[in-house]
Amino acid sequence: MNAFNKLLSGAAMGLALSVTSMAAYAETPANMLVIAHRIDDVTTVDPAESFEFAGSDISRNVYGRLVNLDPNDLAAGYQPDLAESWDVSEDGKTITFTMREGVKFHSGNPVRAEDAAFSLQRAVILNKTPAFILTQFGFTAENAAETIKADGNKLIITTDKKYATSFVLNCLTATIGGIVDKETVMANEVDGDMGNTWLKTNSAGSGPYVLSSWKPNEAVTLTSNPDYYGGAPSMERVIVRHVLESASQRLLLERGDIDIARNLNPEDIAGAMGAEGVKVVDELKGRLMYLALNQKHPVLSKPEVRQAFKYLIDYEGMRDSFLKGQYTIHQNFLPATYLGASDETPFTYDIEKAKELLAAAGVEGLEIEIGVREAQERMEIGQSFQNAAAQAGIKVNITVGTAKQILARYRARELDVYLGAWGPDYPDPQTNAGTFAYNPDNSDAANATGLLAWRTGWDPEDLTDKVAAAVTEGDKDMRIKMYHEIQSEFRDKSPFVVMFQQIEQSAMRDNVMNFSTGQAVTSAAYWQVTK
Amino acid sequence: MALTNDTNGGHLRVPLPAWLKTTFLTLGSIAVTLLGLLFITFIIGRVMPIDPVLAIVGERASQETYDAVYHQLGLDKPLLVQFLYYLWDVLHLDFGTSLLNARPVSEDIARVFPATMELATLGIIIGVVLGVPLGVLAAVRKGSWIDQVARVLALVGYSMPIFWLGLMGLLVFYGILGWVGGPGRVGIFYIDVVPQVTGMILIDAAIDGNWDVFKDAFSHIILPASLLGYYSLAYISRMTRSFMLEQLSAEYITTARVKGMSEWNVVWKHAFKNIRVQLITVIALSYAGLLEGSVLTEIIFSWPGIGSYITTALLSADMNAVLGGTVVVGLIFILLNIFSDLLYKVFDPRAK
Repeated sequence: MNAFNKLLSGAAMGLALSVTSMAAYAETPANMLVIAHRIDDVTTVDPAESFEFAGSDISRNVYGRLVNLDPNDLAAGYQPDLAESWDVSEDGKTITFTMREGVKFHSGNPVRAEDAAFSLQRAVILNKTPAFILTQFGFTAENAAETIKADGNKLIITTDKKYATSFVLNCLTATIGGIVDKETVMANEVDGDMGNTWLKTNSAGSGPYVLSSWKPNEAVTLTSNPDYYGGAPSMERVIVRHVLESASQRLLLERGDIDIARNLNPEDIAGAMGAEGVKVVDELKGRLMYLALNQKHPVLSKPEVRQAFKYLIDYEGMRDSFLKGQYTIHQNFLPATYLGASDETPFTYDIEKAKELLAAAGVEGLEIEIGVREAQERMEIGQSFQNAAAQAGIKVNITVGTAKQILARYRARELDVYLGAWGPDYPDPQTNAGTFAYNPDNSDAANATGLLAWRTGWDPEDLTDKVAAAVTEGDKDMRIKMYHEIQSEFRDKSPFVVMFQQIEQSAMRDNVMNFSTGQAVTSAAYWQVTK
Repeated sequence: MALTNDTNGGHLRVPLPAWLKTTFLTLGSIAVTLLGLLFITFIIGRVMPIDPVLAIVGERASQETYDAVYHQLGLDKPLLVQFLYYLWDVLHLDFGTSLLNARPVSEDIARVFPATMELATLGIIIGVVLGVPLGVLAAVRKGSWIDQVARVLALVGYSMPIFWLGLMGLLVFYGILGWVGGPGRVGIFYIDVVPQVTGMILIDAAIDGNWDVFKDAFSHIILPASLLGYYSLAYISRMTRSFMLEQLSAEYITTARVKGMSEWNVVWKHAFKNIRVQLITVIALSYAGLLEGSVLTEIIFSWPGIGSYITTALLSADMNAVLGGTVVVGLIFILLNIFSDLLYKVFDPRAK
């Protein structure tokens, strides 16, 4: 749809809705939850492979994990799930989980330590995209049988060195920590794929819901598991319908044909707020919007210039205009709601301050290129920055391109400035600390394209060691303190201008209670929802 | 010229029957057209600036993972070799697996194409049933109010963005009046209720004798089908009017009128009879256009058809799905062309 069509449809919808009222609305059944959501990113529902948002939503409701996050109290952090308790060895390298008794998979098979061992080993051996969440603890296909093993009702995992227990357990709350039914999965193995092909489109979990069907780009249907150890969910059936268009989602919601609309644009959110029987709930998500200044650039690598750029962002102006309701100001690499997150926002839009810093660095007539992917909000942020920079005497040339074009240049350390977004991979501070502030080898030969610090050509010096130390700190409070210090130093000297954190706004019928999209740390959960 | 017996060199050549020769030529032209279509789509897919590897591994993957998948997809081989591999698979009716949803592309197409076909068929029926009489009437009553109405309808149909019209239709008929079902093929109560036979819910419900599902599915399809029907109507009525005007000004029509033939017979038995062949082309092209899938209509009405399937695949760099979908759409155009050629022969003795 082009901009003209958007404008036409938006204007007409707004006008029509303001002068008319909806026909008497229908209501979804009391035991059924119907959600409109964009689910075209679901590529697989195998927990060893799934790494997209909508796929993780399915997984969270279908698979139990050793430890899990309570959707009603996400701030409490990991809680026992299929593992009832755990002990950590004195050297901090071995964690022994005691499995919960009497829990069954959807197939009726009992959930055993053997299944848990198989699930984690399988994820390591298959080595799919999210496998690094586990392999970062030293598990490999070769040593998996030794490092992850079952002993009766116990699951014993041994890491290659001492890590903070909270780090290991946080990682086990990720999608890849889903425990699969070994018997069922192996019965569907083809050519030694450990059931991967089958599990891409089928489920073998023990969670509160069973995956009844997944029709790509159409709908996902979940049916409640009456034998769920936590008690059968109130919503006996959950249907997630793929509705791409925001206006269509809003119409369905206001007519009462769905309970929750998850992808309304700001205009439709504003409209839905005024609709009878509809409420809008905000949740902070993990995605950060940031600028990365290439440190191979002779001018951008000057400390004063790095600081100056942090004053060239119209934080409030953007938040209150085209990002309204979608993003909030955030200037640290750990998203709010994460362990160790900081809410410090020392930078404001201050052209004069930026000019002073640039003058101190002896910068004159600077011309730089900024790479932006062709997403609307990013292009608008790029333009806002371009205007601000012009006032400080910097000429910014915006290059808009596809993900392939822009990312390839960022990964090759070729762009002067990259405007991008970053979402955490698992609910532990290491996920972002380990990429923004950790770069042990900044040489071109290291080719560490997975690290944002490397892509930016930045050697974080002592921060690399501090990040490595924080990840092994056993005391949770001390760990939090360490991340606060790391972020403080990062704000002062890093070439990253962290600007915004995403907000997800879900519009729902006002009788829907306790729905959670999982905030920044996890995915959506349905089992606690009531109507 | 037909082949004849040829005794040169002592070999006896058996003449090919004309129908067999035509069949061979037709199949040959289908094969060449499809091959060309495949090749061009394949090349476009490889040179366009989207990265199937990135779509699979994500932007934070290490170079090693990226390289491994690059190799696994065969992207390190020369383009021609990649194409030949692909062609070999297609000849075995294997369109590959969708990179994004891990299912065979043929299975995906079997799921999305019936949805488009159902919508397109109802749309073209509405377009023809209303558009042809309207075009004829507009021609017969040239300059009258009917002609003006037809003209305005066609003009609006040409100029109004389908996205806007679709949203307005939804707002009025679903949101405000509640006369039709909302986005989606059926209501939540009827999802997966009838067994899938053809994939077209109206037909499957009728086969199953489940008239509740039929009614619900009809209430969901009627609005998008009417919308597509309206756009077809706009085109078909304009073309019908133009064809009819040409015929009605011909001398044989004047002669028929002078002979005292009734206006009904003049219009329908003489003039209309002579525009049938042209009309078949127009209708076949309209139908083919609808079968291609109307992306915007599918998006607004959450209709899981082939248009949005190919578009999503394209934007996600899922080239197996794009190629599979393109081949199906290409095949439809070719088959409809052949079908209209056959109809020419039925309606126009000169074409035999």
